[in-house]
Order: sequence, then C-alpha cells, then structure tokens
Amino acid sequence: MAQPSLTVSTERSGQLNFVGDWTLEHYHLLKQQLNILVEHQNLISAETEIDLTGLTRLDTVGCQLLIDHIGEDHWQAWLAQPNDRIAEARRQLLLTVMAALKEDGSVATPRQSSLLADSLASIGQKFSELSAHSLQLIAFIGLSLSVLLRVLYQPKRWRITSFFAHLEQTGFNALPIVALLTFLIGAVVAFLGATLLTKFGANIYTVHLVAFSFLREFGPLLAAIIIAGRTASAFTAQIGSMRSHEEIDAIRVLGLNAIELLVIPRLLALLVALPILTFVAMMSGILGGMLVAQATLDISSTMFLSVLQQNVGLHHFWVGMAKAPFFAFIIVMISCLEGFKVSGSAQSVGEHTTASVVQSIFMVIVIDAIFAVVCMEMGW
Amino acid sequence: MNPIIEVRQLHNQFGRQVVHHQLDLDVLEGEVLSVVGGSGTGKSVLLRSIVGLNQPKSGKIRILGQMLQQLPSSERSALEQQLGVLFQQGALFSSLTVAENIALPLLEHRGLTRKEAHQVALMKLGLVGLPKDAAQKFPANLSGGMIKRAALARALALDPRILFLDEPTAGLDPISAAEFDQLILTLRNALGLTVFMVTHDLDTIYTISDRVAVISQQRVLVNDHIDLVAANPDPWIQAYFHGPRGRAAQQAQSALLSGAIA
Repeated sequence: MAQPSLTVSTERSGQLNFVGDWTLEHYHLLKQQLNILVEHQNLISAETEIDLTGLTRLDTVGCQLLIDHIGEDHWQAWLAQPNDRIAEARRQLLLTVMAALKEDGSVATPRQSSLLADSLASIGQKFSELSAHSLQLIAFIGLSLSVLLRVLYQPKRWRITSFFAHLEQTGFNALPIVALLTFLIGAVVAFLGATLLTKFGANIYTVHLVAFSFLREFGPLLAAIIIAGRTASAFTAQIGSMRSHEEIDAIRVLGLNAIELLVIPRLLALLVALPILTFVAMMSGILGGMLVAQATLDISSTMFLSVLQQNVGLHHFWVGMAKAPFFAFIIVMISCLEGFKVSGSAQSVGEHTTASVVQSIFMVIVIDAIFAVVCMEMGW
Repeated sequence: MNPIIEVRQLHNQFGRQVVHHQLDLDVLEGEVLSVVGGSGTGKSVLLRSIVGLNQPKSGKIRILGQMLQQLPSSERSALEQQLGVLFQQGALFSSLTVAENIALPLLEHRGLTRKEAHQVALMKLGLVGLPKDAAQKFPANLSGGMIKRAALARALALDPRILFLDEPTAGLDPISAAEFDQLILTLRNALGLTVFMVTHDLDTIYTISDRVAVISQQRVLVNDHIDLVAANPDPWIQAYFHGPRGRAAQQAQSALLSGAIA
C-alpha cells in the first residue's frame, strides 16, 4: 500500500501532484494532505495544473475529497481538455462521483425547538394518541363481537383446528408455569400468615388467609398476568409479523376475514383456557399454603381441609372464576389489536409487543379492581 | 486473469436434500459473472456459502486466496470488508435511517467521524441515484426500488473489491433496471470491481455480464461467455436462452451492438 500524498509546486501557475493510494483506508491522511488547499485558497487558480499520474489507487471516497477540495468547475475544465493524463476508467469514476455529488435536493435540517414547547407537544401528542387508542380498542371489540356472533351460528365457519392449536399453546403448555408460580406464592402467603398471626395466637386463620386470597384474587390475577406476559406477546408478534409480510393484506384480497381467521379462534381458545388455568392456579396456591401450614404451624392437611370446607363459602370460588373470562377477553382484544397495528419494520413488531403486554397487565388489574369494588358493594 | 474466488468440490445439503454436489466455480478478477439456474437450484445458497453465511457440508472456497471459514475472526473481518453484499430484500437495518445504514460500516471500520461518514453516505446515495432527501428516511418509508438502491449504497460503503448481488434488478422498473446495469458497469470499470450476480433478468445478463454460470443438476453445468453458454445443447439452457424472453433480450443486445458499430 502506497502512502498518499499531495505536493504543490508553485512554478508558473502552479501544479498539484497527487501520489499514492487515495482511498477510504487513508481517509484521515487524505484530509490532512488536502488541508494545504484549505489553508491556501490562492494556490488554486483556473490554470492550476493537476497531475494524477502518480496515483496508484483511487476510489469513490478519494474522488469525493478531490472534488470537494479542488472544486467541481476546475475538474470539469480539466477533464474537458483533450488529454491522456488520466485513464478512461478514472475519468469515468470522477465523472460518476461528480454526478453523484451534484444530485440536488437539500437535506432537511431539524427544526429548532425549546424544551418547554417540546414537552408540552409530547404531552399533547400522548393524550391524543391515548384517546385515539381507546376509541380504536372499543371499535375493535365491537367488530370482533359482531364477527363472533355471525360465526357462532354457522358451524361451517368454525375454525376447529386453529381453535385447538391455540388451546394447546395458550392453555395446556402454560399449565406447568402457572402451577409452579402459584404454588410458590401460596407458600409465601402462608409464611406471611404464620409470622403475623402467630403473634395473636390465631394460627388457624392462616387457612382463611390462603383460601380467601387465592380463590378471590391471587388465583385469577396471577393466571391472567402470566398469560398476559406469555400469550399476549405471542399473539401480537404472530399477527404483527404476518402484517409486516403483507399476509393480512393477502387474507383480505382472498376475500377472507382476518378477524374471523385470526382473532376469533384465539379469543375462544383463551376463553376456555384461562378459566382452566385459573382453577389450577387456585388449587396449586392452596396446596402450597397447605404444605407450609403443615410444616411450620402444625396444621395438618385434614384440619386445613375441614376448615376450608366449613368456613370458606363456595361463592368465593365463583367470584374468582367469574373474572377469568373477562381477563381472557381483554387480553385477546388488546394483543390482537396491537398486532394489527404493526407497520412494516421489525422494530414496530417489538414496540407493539411491548405495548400489548403492558396494556394487558394494566387492564387486567383495572378490571380486577372494578370487580373488587362491585363485589364489596354487593356483599358477595 | 487470476481467479479471485475459487470454489472446489462444494457440497451443500439440507436434511436429505442435496443442493450442491461437487460444485466447482471460478470467478475471475474484474469480471461480471452472472449465475443463473431454475428456482431452487441453490443460486442463493451458493452466494451465501461464498460470503460465509452458510457453512458448507464439505468443499473448499477461497476468496482473494484465503479460506474465509478458517480464518481467525480479526482476519475474517478484514476479508469480509473486501466484500459487499446486496441482499435480495435489501436487508437495510429498519431502526436506522438510510444515511445511518450507509454510515455504519464507515463508523465501525474506518473510524470516520459522524459528520464525515454522513458526507460520504450522501455521496454514495448520489452514486446509486437516490435523491438526498432519502437520506433521513427510514427503510419502511421507501419503495422497493429505492430500498434496492439504498442497499447497494450500503454494500459499496467500504469500496469493496468483490460485489455480490442477489437478484439486483428484480422488482425494478425497466428504466431503473437499465440504469442499475450501467451503474454496475461504471463502478466495475472505475474501481476494478469483481461482480458476482445471481439474476434472472435476461437483459441484465446480456448487457453487463462477461461470463455466465449455469447451475443445474447440483453443479455448475457450464461457465463461459454468454454466446458459448447459449449454444450449449442442454435442454434447460436451450429453453432459458432461446425461449421468447431470451430471444428478445438477445435481439435487443445485438441491435445495440450493431448500432454502435454502424
């Protein structure tokens, strides 16, 4: 590799001698060399001679620097002279890069802005997005329900295979993780009861604590949150990547209904799966509590179960179970809608998947709070 | 001329499906080589094997006299910087703007400042015929043809010695495709680029390729000047070059040549 250099001779009207590799690898060196020209503008006049015969290599970046520093007009004049001082290929390269640099259209400069105006604008934008988003969600729920009602009494349009595939993915495959996590939380709640209630000699109320909390709150809530993390993200990513590959458009132009094909089977599957998972979560949590009660409080499992039977009403179980379908419904609606909102890029799939999980968990907790208030007022 | 890429006894296999068997191929320095073949004959797999994205089952591939797969990572990176690849779908990074896409290798490998890299990126954009206002756009906001051009600009960012093109003119309108051909020719002549091109565009094949390699029956059936390839008696080659499209492209080219002579 030959070091690039530029020498300037001032005989007559001056001559610029370019020697060596004028390539990207020597970018900084080239800039240093060319600084002579920047510092002494008067070195170049219309008659300045250019000698490229010493050049060993020249690439597009080298050309760009030559053109930028010596000026396009000068090169045009130099190339227009009848000369054999430059190989045809290099001539072509110079002309090509010159044409490339001439490409008009300016680059838009970012607008000047102040911090206050920016933050106000961003707050406004967030709120208008929020309201638009809520409207979209409500419209999407309406659309899905109307499609669901139409499909329900046309057994020919039931997507049985798809339904069972989603049931397996969202329900069956999630059983171990739901059971394990709720078992651990059940144990933790029992420990909590043990440390607190022993002080008042009310050991036995640990049973109530575990049973009430799991039947009414923890069972449905934990199952829904795990599913929101596990399934909502999967739904959004599935539909989102279909969307970015124009598969959704393909469904539409084939005369099919994307909601019927993609949303309804997922909705029905989760409506079945989440109550089952909720039941498993309740049982597993109570089992965890029972084992801890036996180990640390000397409450035998027979005793635990008889207290459960006598003092914990069945309606607590039904209150818990009743929430599951609502959770399932909102999770599917949010995750599918976010999937449909994906546009083009892979990054968009990621953004919407995140949004889908966050919103699902948020809405699950909001609905749970509403349930709590309603049940309290009703005395259930 | 020396072969700049040598493929010897290449064997590629996915599961039980054999894609290449005892495939030999030479690419000469400074030539434009077109690789043609029916769908599923492994043209893209060959390209991916050469640039090191696909580990072949067996066989040797030398690029610039070096075996890419066996180099330690720093030398491998240095060799890879001599290669520019234009992927079929462009493969622009969707989270970066077009200018940032082109500037990325300049920043990472050549230590240019952001401003300098941006200037070079703008020049490369001009080189591939994109307007400067495309620089700040994200790939998602570009049309298919613009994505191809932007991806070519990224492939050319480091002024590579070998340029790999996977279906470069697919999805371009005929005018853009013809411009694309001219651009490749100009760059090849000016920079001494070697171009390895997988293509189906007969016009492109006739206009810019020095040699054509036909992949069929898991190997390179013939690799020669286009007239000699077209004269090959193999039925697939006959159907390819002497079908209605092949004839039209040939006539267009010979009309062009005779016009140039007259």
